[in-house]
Amino acid sequence: MTRNRTLNIGLGLVAFSPFMALLSLVWTPYDPLEINPDVSLAKPSLSHLLGTDVLGRDVLSNIIVGSRTTLLTAFLAVLICMVVGVIAGIGTAVSPRWMETPAIFGIDIILALPTVLFAIVLAAVYGPSTFTAVVAIGIALSAAVAQVTRREVNVILSTDYVVAAHASGSSTGRIVRRHILPNIRASLFVQASGASAIAILAESTLSYLGLGTTPPAPSWGRMLAASQQYLIIDPIVALWPGLVIVITVLGFNLVGDGLREALDPTLRKSAS
Amino acid sequence: MSILTGADIADELLTKSTVTLPLIAMASVLALLFSIPLGMYAALRFRRWDGIATSAVSQLGIAVPTFWVGVILITIFSVGFQVLPAGGFPDEGWSSWASCVKSLALPAITLALAQGAMLMRFARSATIDVIQQDYFRTARATGLTRGQALRIHGVRNALVPVVSVLGMQISTLIVGAIIVESVFALPGIGQMLLQDVSIRDYTKVQGTVAVTTASVFLVSFLIDVALNTLNPKLRQRQ
Repeated sequence: MTRNRTLNIGLGLVAFSPFMALLSLVWTPYDPLEINPDVSLAKPSLSHLLGTDVLGRDVLSNIIVGSRTTLLTAFLAVLICMVVGVIAGIGTAVSPRWMETPAIFGIDIILALPTVLFAIVLAAVYGPSTFTAVVAIGIALSAAVAQVTRREVNVILSTDYVVAAHASGSSTGRIVRRHILPNIRASLFVQASGASAIAILAESTLSYLGLGTTPPAPSWGRMLAASQQYLIIDPIVALWPGLVIVITVLGFNLVGDGLREALDPTLRKSAS
Repeated sequence: MSILTGADIADELLTKSTVTLPLIAMASVLALLFSIPLGMYAALRFRRWDGIATSAVSQLGIAVPTFWVGVILITIFSVGFQVLPAGGFPDEGWSSWASCVKSLALPAITLALAQGAMLMRFARSATIDVIQQDYFRTARATGLTRGQALRIHGVRNALVPVVSVLGMQISTLIVGAIIVESVFALPGIGQMLLQDVSIRDYTKVQGTVAVTTASVFLVSFLIDVALNTLNPKLRQRQ
């Protein structure tokens, strides 16, 4: 597993944001909200490593502090989608048939509803905030998790050892705890890292559209939206927030791919 | 009827869709045009450096937020070379179609890059699958080159998963259109939806979301039908 290059590169990229988030707790080059009209839209220099935005706020400080928003959103959204998704996935797989069909139908409906569209609707009703964004992303992603989990659980349910456990009198709860959960754990990690990538992209998109994190909290997506108005004067300001989003999302995607490779020996031999 | 403006929502959706539908159509065509050949190329050379580089680019493409691609394209083509408009749409609509296509060019490319990167990955893994099949080896053994064998036996088989992914991606495509419209200030359904959310025109938001979701269902159904004609195996099973 340590030789897995995809996983290592991914972990390296992912580690970047927690590092910045921790750093932001103890040190930032400037106060991220400090306005200084004298240095409005300054080019990158020694005093402002990544330059400043239109209000003269230090871009680097905002990116460092913005990592907190991104990580928090990703963490909470993934928590929601994994908990809801896994419970729904296992639940629909072990439940009696008459309950299964409507449940699958419900999952299919959520799957068809695009994540961001769902978040827009929630934002319309409850007002834009990081919280509505997180809940929307979490619920929307949970449908996919539920579907994959259900499929895996169904495979495990038909194995001999589950049938044997059933015959020897194990309750459904015990079978889930002893046989199903340990067997799907690996795939859950893969799904969680994939979901993190989608959650981060969705959060930054919502913030960009003005439906996510509200000012003054720094957010990578909103920084981009703000910088777009000054593209003609200073295109470089738009570069940095995009770059950190790409690094983080790419990292999570690679971790997912790497984990899948590490956990599934058949993949290692053939393609990727 | 909108509670705020009193305008008929269906009418407005129709006018706005003359921007959104061509955008989605252009983007899908563009995405298919570059993703399938590139994905197959990456598959054929999956152990060489150029194949790996191609799939690395697609990996990167998936991680890039759509709106950032838009901003970068604006910076290059509108601010830098000043060849394409940075946003907006002609007021007179499709009667001046040349300028319409021009203003949809960058948005469509933006959307296509995001969609295509995903499709490319699936095209690649589907093609790798095909190459490892027995019938492909037999075709090679009869004297066909890799390219010929792929053209005659591979493409049809590799297309099946790609088309089904395309069906699943319709929802992301629509979300992408909302984002892209907002980046390029296009007066389409997405931008209308965002405006309605900010002024809390609930009936209109409801109507728009209902129509959008219904069209997602409709398109995925059509894709299923298309899959059936593409894949005789599925036809027999039913």
